Amino acid sequence: MSAHAAPEHGEYTGEIAKPNTAWIWKTFWILVIITAAEFAIAFSMTSPGLRTLRNTIFIVMTILKAFFIVGEFMHLKHEVKSLIWTILVPTALLVWLVVALVTEGSYVGEVLSHMFSS
Amino acid sequence: MAHSTTLQPNAASAAYVDAPRTGTWDGGNEPFKASYGKLMMWFFLLSDAFTFGAFLTAYGLIRHKHGVFTGEAKDFFFSTAHWPIPEKVFNAFPGLHGVDLPLAFVAFMTMILIFSSVTMVLAVEAGHRMDKADVQKWLLWTILFGSIFISSQAWEWTHFINGTEAGTRMADGTIFHGANLTMNQYGPPLFADLFFFITGFHGTHVFSGICLLVWCFIATTNGTFEKRGHYEMIEKIGLYWHFVDLVWVFVFTFFYLV
Repeated sequence: MSAHAAPEHGEYTGEIAKPNTAWIWKTFWILVIITAAEFAIAFSMTSPGLRTLRNTIFIVMTILKAFFIVGEFMHLKHEVKSLIWTILVPTALLVWLVVALVTEGSYVGEVLSHMFSS
Repeated sequence: MAHSTTLQPNAASAAYVDAPRTGTWDGGNEPFKASYGKLMMWFFLLSDAFTFGAFLTAYGLIRHKHGVFTGEAKDFFFSTAHWPIPEKVFNAFPGLHGVDLPLAFVAFMTMILIFSSVTMVLAVEAGHRMDKADVQKWLLWTILFGSIFISSQAWEWTHFINGTEAGTRMADGTIFHGANLTMNQYGPPLFADLFFFITGFHGTHVFSGICLLVWCFIATTNGTFEKRGHYEMIEKIGLYWHFVDLVWVFVFTFFYLV
C-alpha cells in the first residue's frame, strides 16, 4: 500500500481514477464456464463405468477454479515467489493426506465387511 | 513508564524517539513484500485450509469405508448399505415441491457465492482507487449475496432435516423422515453427520465474513480508511471472503458432484 500518494491524515482530496475491472470480469466468466461444464458433465456422464474418469475431470476442474480464485481474486499470482511457495508447499501435504486416508478407508471397509458379514 | 523500559540509544533526543524506525532490525522490512496484516491473514487462511482439509479427508475416508451403489443411477434407492448419490439427496428447490431438480439449488448457491467473490474484488479495486462511494456500493452487494447464500443454506438444512414425504424404512421397520446426527433416511448415519459438520463449518465462516463486511461498511462510511490513507482492511477481509468461496468450490465438488 506504500505506493499510494494519498495524504496520511484527513479527507482524501485527490482525483479518483477510472475503474479497471476487465480482468475481474474475465476471471468471473472463466469460473462460471467451468462450473457450467461441471454440471453438464454431472448429468451427461452418468454411466457407472465412467465414474473414475468423471471424478478425475471434476477434481482437475476444481483445482483449475482454485487456481483462478487464489491467483487472481486473492492476488497470489502477483505476490513475490517466496510467498507463493510458502502458501502452496504446505497445502501439498494435504494431497498426500487425502491419498493415504482414502486408501485406508477402502481397506477399513473391506476388513469390516469380511469380518462381520459372513 | 514505557519509555524507561524500552530499548533506546543513550543519546536519544525526543525527536529520535518519535521518528518511525525503518532499519532492518527495527522491523522496517516487510517479509515477502507483503504488509504484516496481509501476511498474517495468509497464514491464518493456510491453517484454516488444513481444518477444512481435515474435514474433507475424513469425508473421503468414511465414504470409501462404506459400500458403493453399483447399479444405474435411475434405480438408486436410499439404504444404510451404500453411500447415497448426492443428486438423489439434493434435488429440491424452494417453491417447487415434489419436482425432481437434481443439484439445481446448489447450482444457484454456487453462482451466488461466485457473484459475491466478484463484488468483493470490485470493492478491493475501488479501495485501491480511494473511491469511497464505490467501496460502499460493492461492500453492500457482497453483504447481500453473502446473506442470500447463508439463507439458502438455512433452507437446505431445513429440508435435509425434515426429509421427504416418502421417507425410508429403517432396520426396526419404522419409516424415518429426514436426518439427525444418529439416524437419516438418506443412507449411513455418517453421511448426515458429515453434511452437518462440513456445510455447517463453512456456513459459520460465511456468517463471520458477513459480520466483518458489515463492520467494514460502517468503518468505510465513517471515513476510517480514508483518514488512514488506504483501504488495506478491505483487502484483508477480501482475502478471507475469497477463501470461503474457495472452500465452497471444494465442498461443492466433493460433497455434491463426486
